[in-house]
Amino acid sequence: MECMIAKPSKGSAGKTGLWRTFKPVYDVEKCNLCHLCWLYCPENAIDVLEDRIVIDYDYCKGCGICAKICAKKAIEMVREEET
Amino acid sequence: MKKILTGNYAVAEAVKMARTEFIAAYPITPQTTIVERLAEMVERGELSAEFVRVESEHSALAAVYGASAGGLRAFTATSSHGLLYMYEMCWWVANSRLPVVMALVTRTIGPPWNIHTDHTDLLTLRDSGWILAMSENAQEAFDLTLIGFKVAERIDLPFAVGLDGFQVSHTAEVVDIPEQEEIDRFLPERRRDRPFVIEPGNPITVGGLTTNECAMMLRHDMMRDIEKVGDLVRNSGYIRDYDLVEKYRLEDAEYVVVMMGAWCGDAKDAIDILRDEGVQIGMLRLRFVRPFPAKEIAKIDCKKILVVERDSSIGKGGIIATEVKSVADSPVQSVMAGLGGVDVGVEDFVAMFRRFVEGDLGEWWM
Repeated sequence: MECMIAKPSKGSAGKTGLWRTFKPVYDVEKCNLCHLCWLYCPENAIDVLEDRIVIDYDYCKGCGICAKICAKKAIEMVREEET
Repeated sequence: MKKILTGNYAVAEAVKMARTEFIAAYPITPQTTIVERLAEMVERGELSAEFVRVESEHSALAAVYGASAGGLRAFTATSSHGLLYMYEMCWWVANSRLPVVMALVTRTIGPPWNIHTDHTDLLTLRDSGWILAMSENAQEAFDLTLIGFKVAERIDLPFAVGLDGFQVSHTAEVVDIPEQEEIDRFLPERRRDRPFVIEPGNPITVGGLTTNECAMMLRHDMMRDIEKVGDLVRNSGYIRDYDLVEKYRLEDAEYVVVMMGAWCGDAKDAIDILRDEGVQIGMLRLRFVRPFPAKEIAKIDCKKILVVERDSSIGKGGIIATEVKSVADSPVQSVMAGLGGVDVGVEDFVAMFRRFVEGDLGEWWM
């Protein structure tokens, strides 16, 4: 029965941010706080503060939807550095 | 206290005395008067339950699912096409281990349109995980509804109480009703935390995508747990003794009839008539189909067994006979009768049983 029940929790599949190839980089100066990126993010990895947004890099998989949807080009996708 | 009640009103009375907290149902003949009576009870303030009117049977059981998952004692009732319409939710309730009780007033599945009894609708639940009981009269429909809540809540499986359309559902009989205090002692308030509870502030998801192994383990556990029903029914602490089967003039029987439902009353009269003629015949009446009373059937020691049933599996034959054959030691003969509510009375049973004893009975009685 236990396996029938799911409880909402953060990162049950581990830190999926490790899957990322491109990283969204946010420029607060260009942002008009329309929050489309927050609305479209499929991973719920964008948080809205009063004067900016915050990207959770632990769980952002780098899909780039936020950068694509941003009318002000306030998010740019940058290749992750090789480690 | 003794009251004159139809089978449907007896079920409604049992649901009230169980202090059921949630009811959702959609009207369908011959079930309608159960929830009609319950709606009256709620309106008059005799029963403190939430009565939710829904737009279909699928929604009825979905609402009951939610209430039961929220920890409430929940009930619904349906028949035939209504059951088929709620069929998907029947499996959700079973696999989620929710102790819902449902009255199933048996009615032939159409087409052609037909409102009279046969048992094929009940048997569509056979493999789902519901505990399946079939009553013979209004008293049993009353008793099994209360025992249903007790057993269902003990092992977290849903319980269906079958009663024959019109023959039981709409026939008024004397029903012995215990005092409310006796019922309260027998059936205390439901434990809210089993098997899980959905409540504000503690969000959970039930039955989402899991591993294949989870799905298999779930069915394994249901199969293991439903086997406890026999002991739970025998030791339920109810006012009257109950078992998975009833034995009628069985002890010295050379010929044994296996049946279930209202027409067993007529068949018992036929057995009495043949006994007076010296034929050693008796009955094992199935009060439960799931769990299947395999041990009781295996114990029958006689010349031959006749299964008389009001159902059909097209391409195989009688559903119950197929199951009885799988466990019986004695040879088993099958006869399908009374489908579509075709009347089968005492004289029919006398003739049928005589031909069975003489070895001159076909698979269809029509």
